[in-house]
Amino acid sequence: MKKMNFHIVKREPMVWYKAVLVRAIAIIASLLVSAVVIMMLTSKNPIQIYSSMISGAFGSSLRIWSLFQNVAILLCIALALTPAFKMKFWNCGGEGQVLVSGLATTAVMMFLGDALPYPVLIIVMLAASVLAGIIWAVIPAIFKAKWNTNETLFTLMMNYVAIQLVAFFLKYFVKSGSGILTPMPEHGLPVLFGQSYLLNIIIVAVFTVLVYVYLKKTKHGYEISVVGESENTAKYIGINVPKVVIRTLVVSGALCGIAGLLLVGGTNHTISTTTVDGRGFTAIMVSWLAKFNPIYMVMTSFLIVFLQKGAGQVSTDFRLPSAISDIVTGIILFFIIGCEFFLQYKILSTKNRKEND
Amino acid sequence: MLAFLVSSIRLGMAFLFGSVGETITEKSGHLNLGIPGVMCVGASCGCFAEYLYLSKAGVNANYFLAVFIPIVATLFGGAVMGFIFSFLTVTLRANQNVTGLALTTFGVGVSDYMIAETGSIYSKGSRFFTTSLPFADDLGVVGEILFSHGILIYLAIIIALATAFVLSKTRIGLNLRAVGENPATADAAGINVSRYRYASTCIGCAIAGLGGLSFIMDYLNGNWEYCIDAIGWLAIALVIFTVWKPGLAIIGSIIFGALYIASSYITGVSFASKEIFKMLPYVVTIIVLVFTSIRDKKENQPPQSLGLPYFREER
Repeated sequence: MKKMNFHIVKREPMVWYKAVLVRAIAIIASLLVSAVVIMMLTSKNPIQIYSSMISGAFGSSLRIWSLFQNVAILLCIALALTPAFKMKFWNCGGEGQVLVSGLATTAVMMFLGDALPYPVLIIVMLAASVLAGIIWAVIPAIFKAKWNTNETLFTLMMNYVAIQLVAFFLKYFVKSGSGILTPMPEHGLPVLFGQSYLLNIIIVAVFTVLVYVYLKKTKHGYEISVVGESENTAKYIGINVPKVVIRTLVVSGALCGIAGLLLVGGTNHTISTTTVDGRGFTAIMVSWLAKFNPIYMVMTSFLIVFLQKGAGQVSTDFRLPSAISDIVTGIILFFIIGCEFFLQYKILSTKNRKEND
Repeated sequence: MLAFLVSSIRLGMAFLFGSVGETITEKSGHLNLGIPGVMCVGASCGCFAEYLYLSKAGVNANYFLAVFIPIVATLFGGAVMGFIFSFLTVTLRANQNVTGLALTTFGVGVSDYMIAETGSIYSKGSRFFTTSLPFADDLGVVGEILFSHGILIYLAIIIALATAFVLSKTRIGLNLRAVGENPATADAAGINVSRYRYASTCIGCAIAGLGGLSFIMDYLNGNWEYCIDAIGWLAIALVIFTVWKPGLAIIGSIIFGALYIASSYITGVSFASKEIFKMLPYVVTIIVLVFTSIRDKKENQPPQSLGLPYFREER
């Protein structure tokens, strides 16, 4: 084999401004590449493209509200998944967990909406969606804890069971047979100060702090990180691993339940198979890119939503298919994922090392 | 009934390509959740190449080139996606789940773009892929089931059998499995772990890409109207369903195909219950996953280091 003339070592944690710089370079590089891609498709100059992106995200107060609303929902799902990820339990089932909770919320709104007084209805909606989220998350957790069933694959499959369940519900209960449920804003969550998204944003902000405290300052959080670092260590110091796994997924599922409630009860007031719209998967990236830190997640989810909104605007302005936003998001994600390497490792040439020795 | 079986086979082969590709990848310890995206990109490349060739060749298009060019383009597109995945996960040491999902986002975007820009203009090219063997009509029912298919169907079965052979009977297969089970041991035995992971991922993705091409050109007869990512997820499910055995996957894929379309062939099923039927492949996969993990039989387990990174310095 050819002798390699360099090697890779793990570096000390980088000073924060250098870390920011590396990430900024990655994002700029990715924006350049995506601008080149868009230019090839449209032959417009990149300045026009970027200004269109910015106007898509911040162009009007409606757009800003919608930006923050989307950040809130994505952040909420990412927060939900994070405790599981920190435990190295790859919960890829956010999509399904949010969707069934949304389904539960919808069902309550539909069948009990007129029967219950409004405050009771809200409580029942909350209970139903949280319960549904917990059930969907805890089934894979039980099998993981008892028989070490692969959780990534299990939770992935649960997503599609959830999607089909929603499809069934829509065909069975929508009387017109169109498969589209008319929104029921009269049974939705309360609207604060006339801003329909404000409540969502406040709730998610509160949960961001709560999850941060839960992971960093409580005994549960500590147990989660020990199990995540090394299951053997956890067993050795007397942590009941199956119990921690199941308990963490109850937390994870409950938070997904909240996301489902906000999405259906607080935003759409209806459900379809695409209500969650891939956020369950995007949230995985949000959480990972933020190194599972809830505060950083605010930034990563903001970045991703900004890119999606911006690219969406580019496609409207230049009459491109909306799919362009997925392509751009994909390219940018490749760069951000790749740049993490340079934050954690450095490449030394073997020659240098000899001189140093 | 006959039509049902033939359709199941035609659909099943799209799953088969995907799952054989993913099996090869997973045997090296890479859990590539980007397969749906890989299939989308593979299909996009193949369809576009077919379109270019046919518009250039016009009426003079010959069968061999009309089939060969898209297949090569698809293999290339898939392999590029596999290369991106391995570059990020092996060389830049990124997390496999995250990278795979980014790959899916990208691939779905590419194929949606293709659909929006070109739409279903591929039925002309599809003709070449659905041309059956010349003697199929003379053999009655047997001919209908066994010989009436297009070239990709046979290619899928050949690739699956070849993969099964390579994995279980050759040194390369043994090394690959060693890398997936315990990369540290494989490394100590002198196997180049990174090279095996790169190669298996690129080859696996190239094959998986053919699944996308097969689904559009053969099963849909070139009428590409919706995103095919669901096929990719089912292909990943099929890997589990057939416990990482490409030989079994041939039968498994036909069963999946049958489950997927059963609702359209059974009379007296309500509009709504059809959705429950479509849930079956996933539920069956979950049951198999749970059942194999409870039985804990050695040969039916996922590769031991599936989804785990391997960096020599971090042992």
